[in-house]
Amino acid sequence: MMTVLSFFNYWIVVVLMMIGFYCVIARGNMVKKVMGLNLFQTSVFILFISAGKIVGGSTPIVREGVELYSNPLPHVLILTAIVVGVATTAVGLALTVRINEAYGSIEDDHLGDEDDGDEQ
Amino acid sequence: MTITELMPFSVLVPLIASLVCALLPGRFWPWAVTLVATITSAVIAAITLPAAAQVTLSYAFGNWPPPIGIEYRVDAANAFVALLVAGMAAVALPWAKKSVDREVPERQGAFYALFLLALSGLLGITLSGDAFNIFVFLEISSLATYGLIAHGSDRRALLASFRYLIMGTVGATFLLIGIGFLYVMTGTLNLADLAERLPEVRDTSTVRAALAFIIVGMGLKLAMLPLHLWLPNAYTYAPSFVTVFLAGTATKVALYVMLRFVFTVFAPDWSFVVLPLSTVLMILAVAGMFAGSWVAMFQPNIKRMLAYSSVAQVGYMVLGVSLVSIVGLTAAFLHLFNHALMKTALFMAVGTVIYQVGSGHLKDFRGLGRTMPWTLTAFALAGLSIIGVPLTAGFVSKWYLIQAALDQGQWFLVVLILITSLMAIVYIWRVIEAAWFQERPGNQPAVGEAPLALLIPTWVLVALNFYFGIDTRLTVGGATAAAEALLGGGMAP
Amino acid sequence: MRENGILRVVARFLIPLIMLFGLYIQFHGEYSPGGGFQAGIVFAAGWILFVLIYGLDAALKVIPERAMYVLMVAGVILYCAVGIAGVVLGGHFLDFYPLLPGKHAAQQFGIITVEFGVGVTVATVVMLIFTLFARRKSEWKAAKVEDDQP
Repeated sequence: MMTVLSFFNYWIVVVLMMIGFYCVIARGNMVKKVMGLNLFQTSVFILFISAGKIVGGSTPIVREGVELYSNPLPHVLILTAIVVGVATTAVGLALTVRINEAYGSIEDDHLGDEDDGDEQ
Repeated sequence: MTITELMPFSVLVPLIASLVCALLPGRFWPWAVTLVATITSAVIAAITLPAAAQVTLSYAFGNWPPPIGIEYRVDAANAFVALLVAGMAAVALPWAKKSVDREVPERQGAFYALFLLALSGLLGITLSGDAFNIFVFLEISSLATYGLIAHGSDRRALLASFRYLIMGTVGATFLLIGIGFLYVMTGTLNLADLAERLPEVRDTSTVRAALAFIIVGMGLKLAMLPLHLWLPNAYTYAPSFVTVFLAGTATKVALYVMLRFVFTVFAPDWSFVVLPLSTVLMILAVAGMFAGSWVAMFQPNIKRMLAYSSVAQVGYMVLGVSLVSIVGLTAAFLHLFNHALMKTALFMAVGTVIYQVGSGHLKDFRGLGRTMPWTLTAFALAGLSIIGVPLTAGFVSKWYLIQAALDQGQWFLVVLILITSLMAIVYIWRVIEAAWFQERPGNQPAVGEAPLALLIPTWVLVALNFYFGIDTRLTVGGATAAAEALLGGGMAP
Repeated sequence: MRENGILRVVARFLIPLIMLFGLYIQFHGEYSPGGGFQAGIVFAAGWILFVLIYGLDAALKVIPERAMYVLMVAGVILYCAVGIAGVVLGGHFLDFYPLLPGKHAAQQFGIITVEFGVGVTVATVVMLIFTLFARRKSEWKAAKVEDDQP
C-alpha cells in the first residue's frame, strides 16, 4: 500500500494524461480539444519534475548549510516546454477564432464536409 | 573561423532574418530578405557539411563541453539531410515570389518570417545532438508550419491547420515523454552520451516504453500510415509555396529523427529485437504504399493526389528502414533525397498551373498541354521519376530498394513495389491524358504559358532529377555514408 | 469597468505593484526562482489588468501596438546579439566568458542581458496576443460591414 502511495505523483501523471488525451479525441468542440491538449502536456511536465526530485534533496538554490540539492535541469526543461505549450495554445485558439468566423461554428466533427466535393 | 565554427550559422542566419522580416512592410523586401537568408544558409551548409563525411563535426554552444552543454553534432547522416533541406529551400525561394504574391497578398512580412522560422527549425532538428534541443526545434518548426498552412486562400486551410496542430502536438508530446523516460533512466540528454549509457539500463520497461513513444511520436510527424491523416488536407489547402517547401523537407526530417533514435541511441541489435520493429514497420510501410497509391488514383484535385502519393513514398522509405541492412538504409536515404527532388518539382508544376489557371482540379488541366507546354512537360518528366522510369532519380532509389528486398529473399516485397509503381503510372497518366488528349472546354478562359520566374526553378529540379538518375555517385555515395554512419553503431567520438 | 469604484481603486493600487514585482522577478532570477519568462508574464498580467479596468484604447495609448511589435523583435535580437558578441570576441555562440574580464562577472552579465531580452519579448508577445484577440470581434464586424456594402 505504501509503495503505491509513494508513487502518488506518477498516478496523477497517468490520470491527467488519460483525461487530457480523452478530451482531445472524444470532444468535438475545438476549445475543448485545445484544453485537452493542455492537460496532456501538463501531465508530462509533472512527470519530468517528479523525476527531478532527489530523496533528501532540497530546492536547487545555492545557499549555506545545504548539502544535497534536487536536480535543477528538469525545471529548466519544463520551463521551455511550458512556453511551447503556451505558444501552441495561442495558435490553436487563434485558429479556432478564425474557423468560427469562416464557418460559424466550432464543433469540429463535420465542418468542411459540405464544402465543394473535392475529397473522396 | 574554422569550418566547424561556421556550421551552426546555417540555423542562426534564417532565425535572425525572420526577426528582421517580421517587421518589414510591403511585398518586395520580405521576399528579398528571405532569399538572401536562405541562400546564405544553403551556402554555409554546402561549405561546412560535406566535411562530415570524413569526421564528425561537433559544435558546443556556450563552450560548455558536451554532455554538460548542448552541442550540434554532424555526421554523414545529418549532413545528407541538412544539405537536402537547405538546398530545397534555396531552390524554392526564387519560385516563391510570384506564387506568394498571388496567393497571400497581404502581410507577407509575417508569412516570410514564419517560413524562415520553419526553415531554421528544420535545420536545427537535423544538426542538433541533444535530445531536448531536437524537441524544441521540432516545436518551433511545427508551430511555424501551422501558421504557414493557415494562410491558404480556401477556408478549409484553417481546418487543415487546426487538425494538424492537434495531431502534431500530440506527436511532439509523445516524443517529449520518450525523452523524459530516457532522461530518468540515464541522467543525460546528449544523444552520444545516451548511446553510451543506455546499454546498462535498457532491459527495463521504462526504456522499452521510451522506444515505443518515440517511434509513435515521430511516426505521426512522418505521416506513416495510420498516422498520416493530417497530410492530405494540409498539403492540399496550404498556399502552393508552402506545399512546395513542406513536401520536400518536413517528413524527411522526421524520418531522420526516428532513424537517429532507433539506430544511434538505441542500438539496432536491441531496438529491433525487443520490439518486432522490423515486422511492424514493414507492414505499416506496405499498407502506406498501397493505401496512398490507391487513393491517389481517384482524386480529382491534383494537389491532393500528390499528397496521397507522398504518403505512399513515405511507405517506400519506411520499407527500406524495416529491412535492417546497409542496402536497405541506403535505399531509404536515397529515396529521401530523390523523393524530395521529384515531389518538389511536381508541386512546383502544379503550383504554376494554379498560378495561371486558379485551380488545381483535374478538370481545369484539360487542354493545357498545348497552351502551357513547358509546365506540363515538367510535370510529365517529374511524373516519370515518381513512376521509376530508368534514367530518372526515382528509378535509382527503387532499384536499391528492390536490391535490399532481394538480399533478404523477400520476393513478395519486390512484387508489391512493382504493383505500386504501376499505380503511379495510372495517376500520372490521368493528368497527362487530360492535358494533351482533351480539348480545353469553351467556357474556361484561355491561359498562356507561365512566367519564367516560375518555370526556371521547376526545370532546374526536373533537370536535377535526370542528372541524379544518370550520375548517381553523389547521391549513392552520400546515402551509403549516411547508412554506414547509422548502422556502424554510435556516433563517432 | 471604470465606473466600479472598488475595482478602480484597487487596480490603481495594484498595477504598479504587479509591474514592480515583475521587475523584481526578472533581475533576481539568478538567486531565486525567476528569470525572463516568468517576469514577462507577470508584467503582461499587470498590463492586462489595466486593459480590463480602463479599456483597450486607453491601454494602447500607453504602449502602442507598433511599439509592441518592435519590442518583441528587439528582445530576441538582444539575445542573439549577446550570442554573436561571444562569437566575435573569439568564443562559440552564446559563450559568455569572452564578454567581460572576470569569469564570474562575465557569466552574470551574459545571463542578465539574455534574460532581459527574453523578458521583454515574452511580455510583449503576451500583450500582443491579448490585444489581437480582444480586438478581433470589432475588426471582423467592421470588415464584414465593408464587404456587405456594394
